Amino acid sequence: MFESLGLEVLAYSPPGWGGTLIHGLGMTLKIAFGAYFLGLLIGLCGALGKIYGGATVKWSLEIYTTIIRAVPELVLILLLYYAGTDLLNRVLEWLGYERVDISGLVAGICVLGVVQGAYSIEVIRGAILSVSAGQIEAAKASGMSWTLMHRRIIIPLAVPLALPGLANLWLIVTKDTALLAVVGFSELALATKQAAGGTKEYLLFYIAAALLYLMVSLTSNAIFKTIERHYRRGQASAEA
Amino acid sequence: MEWYWVTEYAPKFVEGLWITIQLLVLSIGFGMALATPIGLVQVTGPKPLALLAKGFCSVIRGTPLLIQLWLIYYGLGSLFPSIPLIRESMLWPILRDAFPYAVFAFSLSVAGYSGEVMRGAFASVNKGELEAGRAFGMSRFTLLRRIWFPRAIQNVLPTLAGEFILTLKSTPLAATITVFDVYGVGSMVRQETYRIYEPLLLVAGIYICLSGIIIGFFRWIEHRSAQRRLVGVEH
Repeated sequence: MFESLGLEVLAYSPPGWGGTLIHGLGMTLKIAFGAYFLGLLIGLCGALGKIYGGATVKWSLEIYTTIIRAVPELVLILLLYYAGTDLLNRVLEWLGYERVDISGLVAGICVLGVVQGAYSIEVIRGAILSVSAGQIEAAKASGMSWTLMHRRIIIPLAVPLALPGLANLWLIVTKDTALLAVVGFSELALATKQAAGGTKEYLLFYIAAALLYLMVSLTSNAIFKTIERHYRRGQASAEA
Repeated sequence: MEWYWVTEYAPKFVEGLWITIQLLVLSIGFGMALATPIGLVQVTGPKPLALLAKGFCSVIRGTPLLIQLWLIYYGLGSLFPSIPLIRESMLWPILRDAFPYAVFAFSLSVAGYSGEVMRGAFASVNKGELEAGRAFGMSRFTLLRRIWFPRAIQNVLPTLAGEFILTLKSTPLAATITVFDVYGVGSMVRQETYRIYEPLLLVAGIYICLSGIIIGFFRWIEHRSAQRRLVGVEH
C-alpha cells in the first residue's frame, strides 16, 4: 500500500530521504536558536542604547534598525554573508593571521542574528518604555542604583510586555532560516530541495517539509503560551 | 566600488522593477480579495467555515514562504504536465511560465497574514455602528459594503501597510523560481560582472525606495480618510 503511494522514499535510512530531512530540521533549529539569542542580546543592548545613549549611539542604532527593516532578508543575507566573511578575513590578515573559512553554521547564525537584532531592539525598547513611571519612581525612591533598578524592576516588568513580540520574532527566525538555502547552506529547505530533485517526488517532499515547519511553529506557539501565562500570573488579563 | 555596469544594465533593471511591481500589486490585490472573506467568516461564522479559515491562516503563517513557493512551483507544477487535459488546454502556455506560480504563492501568503489582520479588524468595529446601520434597514450586504468593511479597513491601515512592506520584501524569493524581478536582475549582473557588493547595494537601495513609497502612500490614504477621534485616544 505504502509502496504504491511512493512513500518509501521518506524512510529514515538511505535510499529513503527521511534522515536527510530530519538532519536538516536539526540544523534549522540550531541556527534558529543561535540567531534568536544573538538577536536578543543585540536587542537588549540596542534598546538600552536607544533609550539612554548619546546622540551618536542613538543615530547609528536608528540607521541600523531602519535599513535592516526596509531591505529584503534575502538581500541582507547575501550582503552580510559576503561582507562579513570578507571583513573578518581582512582584519585577520591585517593582524598577521591566516585567512579562515567560516563554517556555514556560524555564518548563518551571525547573519540571521544581526537581522533579528534590529527587530528585537524595537520590541524590547517598546516594552521597557511601557513600564509604568510609578514603578521606576518607587525604585529610585528606595535608593536603587541604575543597574539594580534595571535588573530587579524594569527588565522583569518589561518581559511580559515584550513576550508577544518576542514570540513572533522566534516564529519569524525559524522561517527565515529557509532563506539560507539560497546561499547554499544545508538546512531543512535545501535538504528538501535535494531530496525532491533526487527522487523527482517534488510534491511529496515539499509537503513533508511544510509539515515539519508547521510542527515547529505549533509547538513553539504552545510553549510561548505557557511562558506567557507564567509571567502574567497575578496580572489582569488584557483579553478578559 | 565600481559602478561602470549601471548604464549598461539600466534597461534590465527597469524591466525587473516592472516585474517586481506587478508581483506586488497582483499579490496584494488577489490576496486582499481572499483575506476579506477569510477574516469575515471567522467573526460571523458559520463555524465550519471559520475553522477552515483559521486552519488556513495557521498553515500559511506556520510555514516558510520559500517552501510554499517551491511546493507550488515544483510540486504542483510537476503534476500539470502529466495531465493531458491541461497540456492541451488554453491554460498551458500560462502554466509553463513561473510568474503565475509566484503570484499565486504570494497571494496565498497575503491572504493568510492579512486574513488574521482582517479578522481583528472586523471584530473591532463598534457594535453600535452596525446596529445603527441595521436600524436604517440596510441589507446585510449593504451594511458590509457601506459600514462594516470601510470601518474595519480604517482601523487597520497602519497594520496593513506593515504587511504589504513584508510582502514587498518577500518578492525577491520569486527569483529562486526563475522570475527575473529586480533581485533576479541583480543576481544576473553579479554573475556576469563578478562584482559582489555593488549590484546588491543597488538592489537594496531600490527596495528601500519602494518601501518608502508604500509608507508614503498609506500616510496619504490615512490622512484622506482621517476619522473623528476622541482627543487623547491617539497618543
